[in-house]
Amino acid sequence: MNDKRKELIVSAISNGTVIDHIPSENVFKVIKILGLDKTGKQVYFGTNLDSKKYGKKGIIKISDTYFAIEEINKIALVAPSATLIEIRDYEVTRKTNVSIPARIEKIVKCFNPNCITNKEEVSTKFSVIYDENGLMKLSCHYCEKNTSKDNLIFI
Amino acid sequence: MKNRSLVSISDYSKEEIIKILDLAEDFEKQPRQELLKGKVIASLFFEPSTRTRLSFESAVQQLGGSIIGFSSTATTSVQKGETLKDTILTVSNYSDLIVMRHPVDGSARYASEVAPVPIINAGDGANQHPTQCLLDLYSIRKTQGTLDNLDITFIGDLKYGRTVHSLVIALCHFNTRFHLVSPVELKLPSAVKRHIKEANLRYEQYTDLADVIPTSDIIYMTRIQRERFPDPLDYEKVKNSYILQNDALEHAKQNMRILHPLPRVNEISVDVDNNPMAYYFQQALNGVYVRQAIVSSILGLK
Repeated sequence: MNDKRKELIVSAISNGTVIDHIPSENVFKVIKILGLDKTGKQVYFGTNLDSKKYGKKGIIKISDTYFAIEEINKIALVAPSATLIEIRDYEVTRKTNVSIPARIEKIVKCFNPNCITNKEEVSTKFSVIYDENGLMKLSCHYCEKNTSKDNLIFI
Repeated sequence: MKNRSLVSISDYSKEEIIKILDLAEDFEKQPRQELLKGKVIASLFFEPSTRTRLSFESAVQQLGGSIIGFSSTATTSVQKGETLKDTILTVSNYSDLIVMRHPVDGSARYASEVAPVPIINAGDGANQHPTQCLLDLYSIRKTQGTLDNLDITFIGDLKYGRTVHSLVIALCHFNTRFHLVSPVELKLPSAVKRHIKEANLRYEQYTDLADVIPTSDIIYMTRIQRERFPDPLDYEKVKNSYILQNDALEHAKQNMRILHPLPRVNEISVDVDNNPMAYYFQQALNGVYVRQAIVSSILGLK
């Protein structure tokens, strides 16, 4: 019964991609990172939906659109637990989890105000590193300073 | 190394670092040759410098090369708001290689990506200063006869000193034992310590410099700047604790030498200058040979 009600909240799509298990507060960030605010396809989304696993979650459904893995991995910074479900003719044809890529380009600002990327029109580039406590950080290709997860600002 | 920019010390492998030091040794024996005849080197200093700029220009001119450029942006189109990209692309038309100092972090890496000619980073903001690092390594090897297995002590501002960061990273190739002396506010950042840990090397941290003088082969002094302390009282408390006095050197090893990237303010007392352990002015001279080695290897002439 639960499943039926969920379908009523966010309608089903015949073909396309469902991104599930997005942290509710980051649904709009995911929309922005994937450029869904500019797509001509139908997009449905919901936030603060009940989730057995996470309490609250967000979900996005995009019609007639499939993502390359490098493309979808960009959202791993804001939705590391997200699941990607590909739908063809109402059937789930593929289910994958996102993973944090080794390199991140263009989507995040460098936290260092004196970095060239904050001074001139230069696209940001980072490699993903982990500190001794296992915390993820973005190491700037230009100024070589680290931006921690708490300081992420999306462009 | 031919045609490759030098932006960060980690752009060079251990073997490449040693190659530059060996070449510099040759230039020290014969600093005047016509090796760079017909070559034009651009020297773009968007920010003041004494030693780096003059030693680069001296290095090039002693090898018969010519220099174009500026030592302040006051008379350039930068004043009209020209972007770094446009300045670099323009100057690339007039030169075979660009030496650049710029106040913005990461400006050198960016310049190396847009320029069709190689870039040598002569300091980009608080980030990197690889030619200083190479001349520091040269000075260490020259005074100790080796780079391997030394006890190297860094004193002062280890948090913001870019020369300290680059040198620590480079020394991780050489099985160094690191001794880090600083006020707690100015400890070496964990991002740099990471390199030491990854190389499975040891470091020890101290707040008192007296403890560490007798075990050091090299003491690398840096200046503590008042503006680094949010509370001026904290600065007053520590400002005299990190000054090297001549009488403190009584128990130092005979082979020990004192390095300083300069400019010095008061962190090395003037009475140390006549001690044979003081090496900072010769260190600045070594900058000429090391920069001759870097320029000629990037231009493919050595």
